[in-house]
Amino acid sequence: MLIFDKVTKNYQNTGDVLQNISFQMLRGEMAFLTGHSGAGKSTLLKLIAIMEYCTRGQVLLNGRNLNHAKEHHIPYIRRKLGLIFQDYKLLQDRTVFDNVALPLIISGYGNQEVKRRVRASLDKVGLLGKEKKYPFSLSGGEQQRVGIARAVVNKPSLIIADEPTGSLDPELSSEVMHLFEQFQQVGVTVLIATHDINLINRLGYRVLTLDHGQLVVS
Amino acid sequence: MHHNKHIQKMQPRIKPKPSNLQNTKYRTSIGDRFQNYLGLHAHALFSSLGRLLKTPFTSMITIIVLAITISLATGFYVLLINVEQFSDKLESSHYISLFLKHDINDADGLKLAEQIQKSAAVKTVKLVTKTTALEEFKHFSGIGESLNILDKNPLPTVIQVLPTNIFEDSVEVQQLIDALGRLDEVELVQMDMRWVQRLQSIVDLAKRGVFLLSIVLSLAVLFIMGNTIRLELENRRDEVLIAKLVGATYAFIQRPFLYTGFWFGGFAGLSAWIIVSLILLGLQEPIEHLSLLYDGKFTVLFLSVSESLILLFVASILGVTGAWIVLHYQLRQMTLE
Ligand SMILES: Nc1ncnc2c1ncn2[C@@H]1O[C@H](COP(=O)(O)OP(=O)(O)O)[C@@H](O)[C@H]1O
Ligand SMILES: [Mg+2]
Repeated sequence: MLIFDKVTKNYQNTGDVLQNISFQMLRGEMAFLTGHSGAGKSTLLKLIAIMEYCTRGQVLLNGRNLNHAKEHHIPYIRRKLGLIFQDYKLLQDRTVFDNVALPLIISGYGNQEVKRRVRASLDKVGLLGKEKKYPFSLSGGEQQRVGIARAVVNKPSLIIADEPTGSLDPELSSEVMHLFEQFQQVGVTVLIATHDINLINRLGYRVLTLDHGQLVVS
Repeated sequence: MHHNKHIQKMQPRIKPKPSNLQNTKYRTSIGDRFQNYLGLHAHALFSSLGRLLKTPFTSMITIIVLAITISLATGFYVLLINVEQFSDKLESSHYISLFLKHDINDADGLKLAEQIQKSAAVKTVKLVTKTTALEEFKHFSGIGESLNILDKNPLPTVIQVLPTNIFEDSVEVQQLIDALGRLDEVELVQMDMRWVQRLQSIVDLAKRGVFLLSIVLSLAVLFIMGNTIRLELENRRDEVLIAKLVGATYAFIQRPFLYTGFWFGGFAGLSAWIIVSLILLGLQEPIEHLSLLYDGKFTVLFLSVSESLILLFVASILGVTGAWIVLHYQLRQMTLE
């Protein structure tokens, strides 16, 4: 599903942010990516979303080397990913429905199909009935769930979340984590960057720890 | 290892096709897809119009700036077609005037005119007899009554000769003038075609000038449009970046902005058309009044239907192009943070 093979990421002004990273994730596996602030977690996730390219080594997603992905293929690769961010990255001037529908509209689905899937997705995150609301009128936890609904509406095979609970209180955090577990149970691969050690320990999934750009073997 | 085998199986490239085809291929026919695609276009078309109308003041300013730029080029063009028409109407000035000797009467004049008409270098001949000349003079000069005191008609018979080739071959015209001058009956040959030629070459020069000016002004339109789209892109930065992250192609992201360019260009073209037409309307009366003094042959030419359509078309295309150039460079550089 996902393979990091001796991946190094170098930024000209900060040096090697990731050094010689190798790991694999199986289909349907759930894992946490952790480490101190600045350890390189976000950078690692960005390589998967092709927001950055690695300097050495290779990142393979479904057997495809992302460094060699042609520019016009990238959108289609991203459609198989569900991206979730700490700051939700919702469109504030669009309703919840429109936010969640965006990936479907981009993929060219018809109105009926869009409606059906958006409802299903909102239902899954427990926000059915809030379609017409605007993000700013929702709580942080609800906004993050809109973000999750948008990430899964396209039925991605891999969800990557960058500190999804970073701005939520513990109770909301476990709710959100529970959602991820549910997706994992239906066969979706989930990779979550977080430094919420308590949560990680409690849930007991595989943990990838980064320390100054290096993967710590545990 | 088990997952290695799995990865081997996945090795065939991901087809650059929407990822969820497997879920929908039984439900979504090609026709539906096409309809969805059209729907996206229609949506982009109208949502970009809606956006434009949402900020009427800023949109208006941009449209007016564009319209003034476009109407400058259009205005010069219209000026030119009018001047050109004027020089065509001045065909009468292409005539060679033969003033006959005094003792030549109208009948002899007519005979001579018929004879001249036979020459290949001559297109038409007009005879102005002493009598008609006097009458016209009486009519136009306004001193008709006082002319009655003259017991003899002082005006000569005039034959006006229109050469076959007026511009193409001035040597031939010159030869014709010389030949006519050698005729016994002719007192004086007059042809002032130099200023007609001068006017024509000025028009030719001006045409080139308007063409070059149009290019410069088109560039201005592209830059204004580009800058407007750049600002719009900056305002909608989040939207663009998020769309990009959830798998939007450049075509998808560009579409609404290109339609914005289309609307701006189209509205600017329409406004330019109105500006130019209003100016022409304002000038029409004085010009036609003036032209009455010169035989009243001159009417103000407005933009024809096809010229108006071309104006709208070119303006919209410029709008789209200006937007496209900026999008082409900016979109690829936009990243999160
Ligand atoms: N675009 C960039 N250019 C240069 N350095 C960067 C860039 N993005 C991140 N970094 C550096 O990479 C390191 C890791 O950052 P990041 O991956 O965001 O860490 P984390 O998400 O684990 O906190 C940091 O030192 C950061 O300053
Ligand atoms: Mg981070």
